[in-house]
Amino acid sequence: MVQQATADPLSATFAALASPTRRAILMRLAEGPATVKELSAPFSISGPAVSKHLRVLEGAGLIERGREAQWRPARLDAAPLREVSEWADGFRPFWDGSFDRLDEYLRELKGEET
Amino acid sequence: MTTTREAKVGETIYETPSDLELVTIRAFDAPRELLWEAWTSPEHLPRWLLGPEGWTMPVCESDLRVGGEWHFVWRQEDGSEMGMTGEYKEITPPERLVSTQSWGDDWPETTNTLVFTEEGERTIVTQTIVYPSLEARDAALATGMQKGIDSGFDRLDAYLKTLS
Repeated sequence: MVQQATADPLSATFAALASPTRRAILMRLAEGPATVKELSAPFSISGPAVSKHLRVLEGAGLIERGREAQWRPARLDAAPLREVSEWADGFRPFWDGSFDRLDEYLRELKGEET
Repeated sequence: MTTTREAKVGETIYETPSDLELVTIRAFDAPRELLWEAWTSPEHLPRWLLGPEGWTMPVCESDLRVGGEWHFVWRQEDGSEMGMTGEYKEITPPERLVSTQSWGDDWPETTNTLVFTEEGERTIVTQTIVYPSLEARDAALATGMQKGIDSGFDRLDAYLKTLS
């Protein structure tokens, strides 16, 4: 898999999150740093396949790789997730708040009609 | 896919019927014509389309015709602003309104379809938001992951359930 150069960081985050395996890898890394070997075990995929996923995640800034040459443990960097989260977390509160207010406003409008 | 839960007044149903869609369903205690007015007129929209407490809508421009554009700006108490623009694609009063919606360059443009259905004295409003790609929709769903970082998969599962 070739990672496409993306125009903006958010698109890179979207693309990186679009894989269930990569999301599962991120969830595992949320518990603490892990090596490729440690990551490949629970996902029953090969080390090279995990490495490819890690490169995509690294490209999106979602993880950092250690410098210890052979092991290079991966660590989660949640900053890009926060950006995505702020966007989509606005969805429910926005509509819940608006709809509650609309209920009230409709009562007002109906009152004016009668 | 049709909804399995009944629309209620005072409670919003959130569903994800396909890979690219997010749906809100809610019943309102008012005739359909009134809902249509409240949802399409710049006179009414700033009175209720405000999200959580503490927001106002200082800009509400709407050129309600096919191909016409709309532009909304919200302001929070701290002075920060958030704008949204779009274009009307389909207008069938008082039943159906289709428009595009964009938060700006960084965000994917969505297509929003509003359907107003009469049910006795009530009106059921079904809003379908279609994302341009699975990536964009998944990113919206993946926010559960941010919440789940502290406590792992359990919280993610619970969060995803609230969305489906």
